[in-house]
Parts: sequence; structure tokens; C-alpha cells
Amino acid sequence: MKAPNRNDRSTRYLNPYLGGVLLGLLLLMTYFITGRGLGASGAVKSTVVATVSEITPDYAHRSNYYSQFISDDESPLNTWLMFEVLGVLAGAFLSGALAGRLKLKVEHSPGITAGTRLAAATLGGFLFGLGSQFGRGCTSGAALSGSASLALSGFLAMMGIFGTGYAIAWIFRKIWV
Amino acid sequence: MGPLIPQGVIDPAWNNVFALLIGLAFGFILESSGFSSSRKLAGVFYGYDFVVLKVFMTAVMVCMIGLLYFDYMGWMKLSSIYILPTFLYSVIIGGVIMGFGFILGGYCPGTSFCGAVIGKIDAMFFTVGLYLGILFFSVLYPVFEKIYHAANLGPVQVHDLIGIPAAWFAFAFLVAGLIAFFVVSKIEARAKKVEY
Repeated sequence: MKAPNRNDRSTRYLNPYLGGVLLGLLLLMTYFITGRGLGASGAVKSTVVATVSEITPDYAHRSNYYSQFISDDESPLNTWLMFEVLGVLAGAFLSGALAGRLKLKVEHSPGITAGTRLAAATLGGFLFGLGSQFGRGCTSGAALSGSASLALSGFLAMMGIFGTGYAIAWIFRKIWV
Repeated sequence: MGPLIPQGVIDPAWNNVFALLIGLAFGFILESSGFSSSRKLAGVFYGYDFVVLKVFMTAVMVCMIGLLYFDYMGWMKLSSIYILPTFLYSVIIGGVIMGFGFILGGYCPGTSFCGAVIGKIDAMFFTVGLYLGILFFSVLYPVFEKIYHAANLGPVQVHDLIGIPAAWFAFAFLVAGLIAFFVVSKIEARAKKVEY
């Protein structure tokens, strides 16, 4: 394998402690302005609600789940988190472009094929999506924002995610190392 | 005084503008910290790169102490912000399932958006998985509804549960975090280097 070029700016990242301080200040500012924290999975939930209520409106109105998020005068996509995630996409794109990291590729360990990686990524996404609904938020909304605001639920989500990760990492090590 | 929009200091019409700007900064910080790479993220579980732990713990410390400081100064009462309610069984089940998702997928939702937008095809597949997983939950909601709402403790905060002042808890968390940073720096130095 080719050794990475130390001068290649695409492998240079922000100092993690500086990144953490900036993220902490951003989260604090978000609380100060909106009274709520950051999020991510909620935007995918809104997309699910929007597509289901578009395809089968009757079912969506009858369902105990979908009916919570549907109103007659507003699209289910008109949520704070949808706008926030549009911002996330723009911000990440900008950062990636400035660092020279815009490249279409399947990133995987040399020990597995691209196909295996894509299958594991899809299954992982499925589980993360499912888990985020039980957790009432994902790493952003539950673990990060929840813990920072001292919510018990945030710490339980954080311990659940990372505790399980460490407990099963060895079993799935072939995917990564 | 704060939070500014709920207290009417800033007109709620600005809500989505702030959402976009806050998201822009969120995405920029995540991507520039390296969170658009699944192999970098997964390093936290295999000891070769602890960027997730460093960024995450630092952010929680800074925001937690900031919120307590704002509360103390009277700028924004801790009781005036949204506190995620604890549904004991549901959050534990969710956390465990998300842990499996993290190890298999290498991303979490926010980081997968960052990876997808800079061209990581695996991150795009992860987001498709997210959509399907949430669809699965919402269709089977009648089955999950009971456990989803069980053991509702309300918006309980961790220091109340232990019975100590919030500042003591924050201090203990800060000390634990600094010890963790020291320990992981030792592990990283000894781990077999993984190039990606």
C-alpha cells in the first residue's frame, strides 16, 4: 500500500481538542438561541413521514405514529432539523472542498471488498436508524446534546452506543482492521 | 433573558435561518475534524484513532460548563431549555441497537451526511439504511409503542438522580474526561498504525 503523503492537505484535520471546543461552543450557542440542542436523525424521520404521507395519505392519517407529525397546513419537511441538516450538508461540503477531499469513492479497509463495505454500511445505517427512534435521538440529539444538558437519557444513550460498540468491536474487527 | 427565540428576544421568523447557519457550522466542524471518514471514526473502537472521543468529550464538557455558567450568571436558566425525557427501556434498547449500527456502518447519522456530501459512497448507502431503519420503526410502531413509552422518568437530569449539585457533577465529568484524554494518548502511541 502507498504510504500517505504527509504534505497532502487532504489528510490534515483540525486539532481534535480545538474541534471539540468549537463544537461545544456551537452547541451552547444553539441552546442559547433556540432552547434546544443539535440533531441529525430527526431530519431523516421527517423525510420518511413526508414520503409515506405523500404515497399513502389515508394510512398516514390513521397511523398513531405518522399522525403525530402531519398537519394540514404545513409540509412534514418544514422542520428546524431539516433546515439544520441542509446547513450540515453545505458546511461539510465547504470544508471538504477547501481541504481537497471531494472524491467519489467507497472507503474500506484493505481486508474487505467494496461490496462487503457497502452491505455493512447499509445494514449499519438500518440499525442506527432503528435505534435512533428508540433512543429518541442519535449521537447528536441524544448522546451529545442530551449529555451536555445533563439529561439522564443522554448519558444512557452515550453509554449504550459506545459501550455496545466496545463490547462487540472484536467480533466485527475484520471489517475495520 | 435566554433562550432568545422562545423568550421572544429574537422573532421566531428567524428560526430556520438560524437552523441553516448553525447546521453550516456543525457540518464544517465535523468534516474538518475528520468525521467524514468511517475508518477514522471506527478508530475509537480499535485504538488507532481516538478523534471521536476527543471531539465528543471536549464538546460535552465545554457546553455543559457553559450552560451551568449561563445559569449562574442568570443569562439562561437551565430549567428553560429542552431536557430530553428518559424512557428507561427505550433509550437502553436504542443505545444498544445504535452501537451495532456504529460498528457495522462506521458512521452515525450526522457524520454519514458529512461523508456522503464529500463523495463517500459507503456513507450514501448508510443514509439509505437510515431511511429504511426509520421506516421499519414507523411501520411497526404499533408493535413497539408499549415499550417505547414504558418506564417514563420524565426530563430527569443526572445530578438530580445522584443527588449532588450540577456543578459537582460537571467537575467530576471534567476530571474523568481529562484522565480519558491522557489514557487514550498512551493507547494511540502503542497501537499499530492504520493508514487510510
